[in-house]
Amino acid sequence: MFVKRTLPLWITFVVGTVIILSKLSPKTTGLGEDFTIYFDIIAVFAFILGGGNLVKIHADKLSKMGAGWGYSAVCLIGFFATLFIGLFEIGHPKGWSTDPTASGSAFNFIYDYVFKPLAATMFALLAFYVASASYRAFRAKNLEATVLLVAAFVILLGRTFIGSFVSFWTEPGTGFGIPELAEWIMDYPNRAGQRAIMIGIALGIVSTSLKIILGIDRGYLGSGQE
Amino acid sequence: MAFYDKIRNIDRRVIFLLIGLSVALPLIFTIRFPEFPTPMVKQIFGLMEDLPPGAKVLVSFDYDPASEPELQPMATAWMRQLAEKRAKIYIMALWPIGQDMARLSIDALKRDLADKERETGEKVPFEYGVNYVNLGFKSGAQGVINVVLTDFEKMYPTDAAGQALSTIPLMKEARSLKDFDLIVNISAGTPGLKEWIQFGADPAGVRIVGGSTAVQAPLLYPYYPKQLYGLLGGLKPAAEYEKLMGDRYPQYADIQKNKGRIRMGAQAVAHLVIMAFIIIGNITFFIDRRRERSR
Repeated sequence: MFVKRTLPLWITFVVGTVIILSKLSPKTTGLGEDFTIYFDIIAVFAFILGGGNLVKIHADKLSKMGAGWGYSAVCLIGFFATLFIGLFEIGHPKGWSTDPTASGSAFNFIYDYVFKPLAATMFALLAFYVASASYRAFRAKNLEATVLLVAAFVILLGRTFIGSFVSFWTEPGTGFGIPELAEWIMDYPNRAGQRAIMIGIALGIVSTSLKIILGIDRGYLGSGQE
Repeated sequence: MAFYDKIRNIDRRVIFLLIGLSVALPLIFTIRFPEFPTPMVKQIFGLMEDLPPGAKVLVSFDYDPASEPELQPMATAWMRQLAEKRAKIYIMALWPIGQDMARLSIDALKRDLADKERETGEKVPFEYGVNYVNLGFKSGAQGVINVVLTDFEKMYPTDAAGQALSTIPLMKEARSLKDFDLIVNISAGTPGLKEWIQFGADPAGVRIVGGSTAVQAPLLYPYYPKQLYGLLGGLKPAAEYEKLMGDRYPQYADIQKNKGRIRMGAQAVAHLVIMAFIIIGNITFFIDRRRERSR
């Protein structure tokens, strides 16, 4: 009980209080920075836990030959191959104990010719779904939807040369050109809305953080049943 | 009626095909359109141009390959300008892959400077440890910024290649964030520009300019203009920035060196196609609604 509940509560209270104080007093600034560096150390273990969890889930799926086991096999091969090449700096032009990501290393090759195209491809798919969703869902069904639609059109036009092209009839600086209208939408209605949301979120974060630091909210400790 | 029904129930594969073509064809045939720099882009360009030689500039690469097509052009343009202005460039990353994005920019800049020397005979100094340093990635998001605010060496005992920071000449001039003249952040999310403003630039009293994806830009406008000096939100302002760079430094005017301007052709056509689909969708919506009411 002490290790699972009381100790984490005390650690949270001390760390949270010190970090808050580090912003208020120069005497505690150094301590706040030390705690931030401890976070890095903890993050290393989180990476190990994350990697371990990934291996466990996919190894389970592979051993049971569950649905999509082939993807799990690819995932595990990719994981272990990258880990091995990165840890042992395979094919590194300068040998052992240098930057594993340096140009010319095998790790860098994987990054350039496997990871980068795959990540870019995944993100590029978004354009297709945005187009399809816009056609099906972006309808002027009521006043609010119409305002949104008009604003979206102005922004879409303003973000290309077409905005400037169709604004030939207006003098730059008068505020009536499409690019200027797009800028106005971003500058005023958008900024006002974003600031309101941001202040609301900040107040929410302060309240939640205080509840966690003071031990009122203990959800992060889990149920304690396991 | 048959035509109307086809338009009304358009197959999503047709939409995908048209979007694919609208992106691919302008890229294949290098279709480009004129760029008209907006006031904010000019303002950022002017700020960078006014940097004195030897100004210390921190550039943080906080994005990954998913956003590379949108963000790399502005990163490349900024790196070129900083090198031309003889600024001292300090590179770091809050995203694990950001370190590799920084490497892309450094390699591209080295090629550009070699081309320039070959073509004009002018050598722009870009020596590691003297003109630039690459600190690499550190986990901890805003925690990293909190520490470098007062002491770089505490968070970065070594640079990205494992060289002790105390042995790098450039690091003797910048012990903390407060020693910098400007912070440049290129980010695609969290941690990114918002964190740099809140935990870095604002407490340090250092000016910051940022580049972000177009999707992220609306979230960053609340900080402009007092806390954020300027923002390049997406590919369009990046292309405008490239135009300004080409006008000021003719060696960068070649379209093949301006990926942002090349990609804007694809973005412009894709935007037109998406708008056409929205218009078609709304026309069919209103026709259907009128028919329902008349029944």
